[in-house]
Amino acid sequence: MSALTREETQALIQEVLEVYPEKARKDREKHLAVNDQSIEQSKKCITSNRKSLPGVMTIRGCAYAGSKGVVWGPIKDMIHISHGPVGCGQYSRAGRRNYYVGTTGVNAFGTMNFTSDFQEKDIVFGGDKKLAKLIGEVEQLFPLHKGISVQSECPIGLIGDDIEAVSKKSAKEINKPVIPVRCEGFRGVSQSLGHHIANDAIRDWVLGNRDESTFESTPYDVTIIGDYNIGGDAWATRTILEDMGLRVIAQWSGDGTLAEMENTPKAKLNLLHCYRSMNYISRHMEEKYGIPYMEYNFFGPTKIEASIREIAGFFDDTIKAKAEAVIAKYKPMMQAVIDKYKPRLEGKRVMLYVGGLRPRHVIGAYEDLGMEVVGTGYEFAHGDDYDRTIKEMGNATLLYDDVTGLEFEEFVKRVKPDLVGSGIKEKFIFQKMGIPFRQMHSWDYSGPYHSYDGFAIFARDMDMTLNNPCWGNLTAPWLKVEPVAEKAAA
Amino acid sequence: MANIMIRRDSKGSYQFYLPKRDLEDTIVSMEFDTPEKWGGEIKLNNGGAYYIEPQAAPARLPYSVRAKRLDAAE
Ligand code: SF4
Repeated sequence: MSALTREETQALIQEVLEVYPEKARKDREKHLAVNDQSIEQSKKCITSNRKSLPGVMTIRGCAYAGSKGVVWGPIKDMIHISHGPVGCGQYSRAGRRNYYVGTTGVNAFGTMNFTSDFQEKDIVFGGDKKLAKLIGEVEQLFPLHKGISVQSECPIGLIGDDIEAVSKKSAKEINKPVIPVRCEGFRGVSQSLGHHIANDAIRDWVLGNRDESTFESTPYDVTIIGDYNIGGDAWATRTILEDMGLRVIAQWSGDGTLAEMENTPKAKLNLLHCYRSMNYISRHMEEKYGIPYMEYNFFGPTKIEASIREIAGFFDDTIKAKAEAVIAKYKPMMQAVIDKYKPRLEGKRVMLYVGGLRPRHVIGAYEDLGMEVVGTGYEFAHGDDYDRTIKEMGNATLLYDDVTGLEFEEFVKRVKPDLVGSGIKEKFIFQKMGIPFRQMHSWDYSGPYHSYDGFAIFARDMDMTLNNPCWGNLTAPWLKVEPVAEKAAA
Repeated sequence: MANIMIRRDSKGSYQFYLPKRDLEDTIVSMEFDTPEKWGGEIKLNNGGAYYIEPQAAPARLPYSVRAKRLDAAE
């Protein structure tokens, strides 16, 4: 099917909105838009970061998910206690695939779930005692952990437990940092506020810890911020940066450690990948320590090249020369990947609906493969994310903010993309509709996708999914009449 | 009164940030912008306007400062 025109896309949005009651329609209308590259401010065409409507199927998460799952969870040598009932932590345990090195249960705890498992009596009488006891037990069972964070779930805020006091007391007892995080799920409209709260907690409890201590720094110290090492993403990024002659002193927070985070203020430049979840702390460091930050994009060779050059621009000529060498080294390899997969993927159309940075960052990678992104949207973006997205997307493509289950399905039915990239909750609906699907949160058990190494895997995965023979076999053999008839005729 | 943060973006223009509401925008005009007198009424790209007590220009950006809201957009 050829691309929709602006009028057709607008009509499609109106058609989908039809089923809503008056009030809901008015609200949802503001979140759906046809992209227009000439618009300078996203505010004029799309509203974001608003409360989801009751009654629709939103795909968002909660503030606890943003703090425990996204920002804090990947810090591997700390124990993150899901404080409250058992479910919030258990059902999200290890689902994010942030890889780390270490021995789980001994000096790394990334895939484990620690919870205070609230029962009725804890709700009635308060859970502070239980938390204190739990911290004592953790210290005894896992003596090699470097610190504890207390991630509040909804009930903690509702019953008004004083986790700060318990944390302070326990920190003295075990002589390690214990960090209370007030990220109850009901705060804010999505996981986005959880990121902010988590960033603030890092600012207040972690960042200044080593301000007085000495650190052997080099002029080339950088940090990777907002890379969660999904399937090894941060490692692939790190190789490139090290090839450029830079020294990566901290990874936030994929495969990161508490010590790395405490040493971050000693860096010369903060490299920010996921802007939405970690811009807060980068801003803070810029103001307090004078460390500049730079947003970069390591998806697809075109964007990687541009980012490498921009990063090198912050340093002297040796780094700039090495950066060019890195680009030159990988160029033939990337060309080989493109030569192999582009003919198989050229002209295919993709619809995305993901989280913080991917709806715009991966566009370049698809374009490198000759594919086109015809619709994109964020779960929890703010206006500034859409400001950045409008420029990346083609004219007359669809933009959807906090899309509902119904809208997403209807859009896909009408736009008929060749590939949908979203999360696990959406996966099976679209696969059953016969549309190839890739999970763009967890890379569908694959990865890394960042950086040069990742692009090769990305291209292979897209080909594997799109050109999979199974899509031709979705109709039962006895229902496939035409090919048989043709054969008989021939 | 709200705390805001002002920084320079990569293009060299002032960038406004209101942490409480996660609002980020470029500043299109600032009443006073000299080393001795800096601040006054600032206008945002989104149509909002804030007022910073005129003061000596900060030695370094980003800079956090209290500002009064004159006219918020939306
Ligand atoms: S909204 Fe509350 S109860 Fe639900 S997962 Fe989040 S923290 Fe847990």
